[in-house]
Amino acid sequence: MGEHILTTVDWARAQFALTAMYHWIFVPLTLGLSFLIAFFETIYVKTGNEEWRKLTRFWMTLFGINFAIGVATGIILEFQFGTNWSNYSWMVGDIFGAPLAIEGIFAFFLEATFFAVMFFGWQRVSKGFHLFSTWMVAVGSNLSAVWILVANGWMQFPTGMAFNPDKARFEMQNFWEVALSPVAVHKFTHTTSSAFVLASLFVLGVSALFLLQERHQKMAKRSMVVAAAFGFVASVFVGLTGDEAAFNVAHHQPMKLAAMEGLYVGQVKAPIVAMGIINASKKPGDDLPAFYQETKIPGLLSLLANRDPNSFVPGINDLVFGNAERNIVGAEQRMITGKIALAELAHYKYARETGNETEAASALALFDQYKGDLGYGYLNSPAEAAPPVATTFYSFHIMVVLGTLFPLIFLLVLYFAFKGSLEYQRWLNLLCFFSIFLGYVAQQAGWVVAEVGRQPWAIQGLLPVGMASTNIAASNVQTTFFIFLTLFTALLLAEIRIMMQQIKIGPEA
Amino acid sequence: MTSLPKQLYLFYRDGFRSMLVGRTLWKIIAIKLFIMFAVLKLFFFPNYLETKFNTERDRAGHVLENLTRMPPAR
Repeated sequence: MGEHILTTVDWARAQFALTAMYHWIFVPLTLGLSFLIAFFETIYVKTGNEEWRKLTRFWMTLFGINFAIGVATGIILEFQFGTNWSNYSWMVGDIFGAPLAIEGIFAFFLEATFFAVMFFGWQRVSKGFHLFSTWMVAVGSNLSAVWILVANGWMQFPTGMAFNPDKARFEMQNFWEVALSPVAVHKFTHTTSSAFVLASLFVLGVSALFLLQERHQKMAKRSMVVAAAFGFVASVFVGLTGDEAAFNVAHHQPMKLAAMEGLYVGQVKAPIVAMGIINASKKPGDDLPAFYQETKIPGLLSLLANRDPNSFVPGINDLVFGNAERNIVGAEQRMITGKIALAELAHYKYARETGNETEAASALALFDQYKGDLGYGYLNSPAEAAPPVATTFYSFHIMVVLGTLFPLIFLLVLYFAFKGSLEYQRWLNLLCFFSIFLGYVAQQAGWVVAEVGRQPWAIQGLLPVGMASTNIAASNVQTTFFIFLTLFTALLLAEIRIMMQQIKIGPEA
Repeated sequence: MTSLPKQLYLFYRDGFRSMLVGRTLWKIIAIKLFIMFAVLKLFFFPNYLETKFNTERDRAGHVLENLTRMPPAR
């Protein structure tokens, strides 16, 4: 029975996931729509055509609604760090504290200046300065996402730091190594470009609704052409950055890659599962089949992971139990060295407290030798090193399937727009409308892959989530979970309602 | 010729006055920020280490104690 009781850590994780997922409903639309508005306004300034100004202002209103409802929802995540994840926030404070504070100040000044000009300045500043402000909002909004994504990238691939055993803190050793780590760079480029795709789908969907209702057709078609062109380019970029992101996952988080493909036994010419029904009951090391049904493309996972279709890709079993033939040290072995690191850390702490510096130095030397496996010392069984495979697998495949569908939609829109028959393609307009929802599904699925796929780690290999949390009562976190659920649902409903009202009104007369 | 601070003041004042849907949005922002900072942060989200410990040394000691206690991982 006890196994089914949700602990503080479970509630803290659920609360963080809930907040992050709701937050990520608002953010990507802001990131992408800001650029689309900048494109629309650029066309207006270039052509002087008033229709483009009206169109720009319409999308700007929807942007404003989304921004206003979503603003500061991310701050709740920072509240949670201090209360629910105090061990974690203490340990990473030296690395993330200042950049995240700078980001907050930067965002405030950006919003207070260029946002104000963008919304209030239509008749008050020159066309050129207004356009400049709109571009600054687009660039600034996207730049304000840099640090939080760098922080996330660091958690997936901790680099440029050293652990200080006296302060129990990771301290930054090399700023550029943290900021420009390949995982951080690709996290930023992949995330922002996918946000551009979502915003393009949003513009397509709302415009398609106008076409279906036979309202504002000229404006709708103009919006769709720009959005489809931007969305297609962004989709290509999403594919390229996604490929790079997967390459990084293969080298820095091989367990996540194996879970993404449900690969239990490593192999050369490792396939990608194009379609499959995964066996959710399977555990590392057992004899159950990994899939009930599957369609594979041979060699593609090897190509993705190592740029070589004939290369070896380790499976979950290799990474859990080790594979001597392939020189892979498994979690089983790393648990042993991790426990040595932990014991020596405790030893060092005791020696320092009792003033025995010789013993402290000896313990520290041993700790330094094994500290790379520190997190494994907290695991109770090697299988705990594997993430929930079914969730990771399905999320990854949903994301990829949708990511493949979207550029096709953009191409179809461009094709029919240039043929001059977009308004007659009812099926395509319906597809565009429902693609708004699909865009959000892809966004959320992407984050599920990134975050569920890296379990059990809060910081890859160094700190499991169970150790990152605070020892507080589960009921405290449970209460605030339901408060957030209510608050965010109310905000989402408010956003949808106000947006629908504005869409009903349409562009200004 | 009005001074720059006055121009800025008038810019923001007129901007806020001319808002339509913006008025509703500002109300939502105000309510949201009130709930977040005056209710949630104040009553539900104290900074655990800052409220329980007075010095950086004590906070570090507490975290180090947690790290070396080795409770079951998840």
